[in-house]
Amino acid sequence: MKTVNYIKIEIPSKSTNEGLARSIAACFAAQLDPTLEEIGDIKTAVSEAVTNSIVHAYPDEIGKISIRGRIFDDNTLEIVVQDWGRGIKDIEQAMEPMFTTGGDDRSGMGFTIMESFMDKLKVKSAEGKGTTVTMRRRLSFRTGTKR
Amino acid sequence: MKITTEFRRGRLTVWLHGELDHHAAKEVIGTICDEIDECLPSSCILDFKGVGFMDSSGIAVILKTYKRMRELNGSLLILNASKQVMRVLEMSGIGKFIGMEEINA
Repeated sequence: MKTVNYIKIEIPSKSTNEGLARSIAACFAAQLDPTLEEIGDIKTAVSEAVTNSIVHAYPDEIGKISIRGRIFDDNTLEIVVQDWGRGIKDIEQAMEPMFTTGGDDRSGMGFTIMESFMDKLKVKSAEGKGTTVTMRRRLSFRTGTKR
Repeated sequence: MKITTEFRRGRLTVWLHGELDHHAAKEVIGTICDEIDECLPSSCILDFKGVGFMDSSGIAVILKTYKRMRELNGSLLILNASKQVMRVLEMSGIGKFIGMEEINA
């Protein structure tokens, strides 16, 4: 697969940036001519990943979050959200639906949504070093559209 | 996120406007719980007509509201959730125990 376009941005882990991050991802994905539903799914998945970094990676400080996007020549979008925060102790447990170490203002559905809304989800994490979430979604080719 | 509320004949209606994410959720939960504590409604309606985007933070908002209403033996109804909001809600299974309707789509 050949990369046809990419984007790299870095944001501080402030909750005001959640909206910014998912909007940038949606704008980047727009060149693949996604459906409204596809755009909604991508925005939701990115929002979950970035929120995880803000809430769990840097609970008591403002840290760095990197968001990288790539578009491959088979109409696949890849989004990588990386932080250098606390890391996840038990990834398997963290990915269980309804599991959360957050308070009752968190639902524990973040990873479940990322997994369901994207085709592929890979989570790499080391305690004290940070977490990298890689997500891919192949978008539908719509009839009558040219790449 | 903008929140407007109305309390009439035992029913508390909450209109949400904007994007419901983690950034907005704390304030939304706070406002809804304050209103419920003050009005002690027998039913609560969360109207999502003005919500253009919601992530899993919204699930927590709805669950928290549901718990508060259940403590009062009251009911909760979700109104006018968009397709995107419904997709997130479906993941949570919330529809099995909370009513959802579309009124003015």
